[in-house]
Amino acid sequence: MKRITLNATVTASNERDADALRARTKAMGTLLVNVMSSAGSGKTTLLSRIIKDLAGLRIAVMEADIASDVDAERIEALGAAAVQVHTSGMCHMDAGMTAAAFDALGDERFDLAFLENVGNLICPAEYDTGAGKKLMILSVSEGDDKPLKYPLMFKESDALVISKIDALPYFDFDLPRCIYCAKKLNPGIAVFPVSAKTGEGMAALEQWLLDCVNDWKTN
Amino acid sequence: MHEMGIVLHLAKTLDETAAEEQLTKIGKVVLQVGEVSGIMTDLFVDCWNYFKGRHDVLKDSELVLETIPAVTYCDNCKGTYETVKYGKECPYCHSGETWLLKGSECIIKEIEAE
Repeated sequence: MKRITLNATVTASNERDADALRARTKAMGTLLVNVMSSAGSGKTTLLSRIIKDLAGLRIAVMEADIASDVDAERIEALGAAAVQVHTSGMCHMDAGMTAAAFDALGDERFDLAFLENVGNLICPAEYDTGAGKKLMILSVSEGDDKPLKYPLMFKESDALVISKIDALPYFDFDLPRCIYCAKKLNPGIAVFPVSAKTGEGMAALEQWLLDCVNDWKTN
Repeated sequence: MHEMGIVLHLAKTLDETAAEEQLTKIGKVVLQVGEVSGIMTDLFVDCWNYFKGRHDVLKDSELVLETIPAVTYCDNCKGTYETVKYGKECPYCHSGETWLLKGSECIIKEIEAE
């Protein structure tokens, strides 16, 4: 037996797959956005609103869930392309699974493809899916202490969407404190307090997405 | 289950290493696991013993885990302290401007193979 020093991360094979998918989507001009949040934060509702508002963009959604097709059906009803991925009990999406889901969208070209990751603030943060941008959603009903409890998710994300702000009057959610804690963990994070229901704050988030898509296609 | 996902990636990474280095049998795998990596080591080893049988090159392997202590750096007083004992707040100056230096990683340090 010989001894071989590796000093590789356990997920080295995943990181290679992720870089390959990023290069492929870059060449196609498709920005892949990894959307992460807890279960019930309003991911599908938010994406539905974005699909309606950004009708000029070709948008696809990859819905990852442990079971059921209900989310993909909601997206398809809006006329956007959708695929449902079942993770067979796995708590996150990795790059290989994401590439397979992306392939399942077919030959059509998209400007923006959302990966709706499994609903959980822990494991999805640890895996590079090959996305160009990472966006996390925290809903008002979850509480403003979440940056302290799940720091990695806040550190890893490019954007934080604070959803359901129409419900702020009913919860003890300290919005400035939440933003302060998130920025402390990740000074560069873009923060968007929104309500997909009333439309408040959506324009800023959608402009950010448009800028990211343009940047992805040109740089 | 989080450990299952990590074990599947570890097995895949080792399979690829074996193919690159033309190895037929991996005997020992030394893994360094950070104290705050979130990995439950007992569960991880159980999971490994279940999945290694699915890979010819890994089926007789032994997994050895080494713990990397978690250390936090304080941006205010420039000191370091044990993360697990004191958490986010610096025990010396009570600042919250602190950053994890190490302890969240999971690294394949070395393997013994033929």
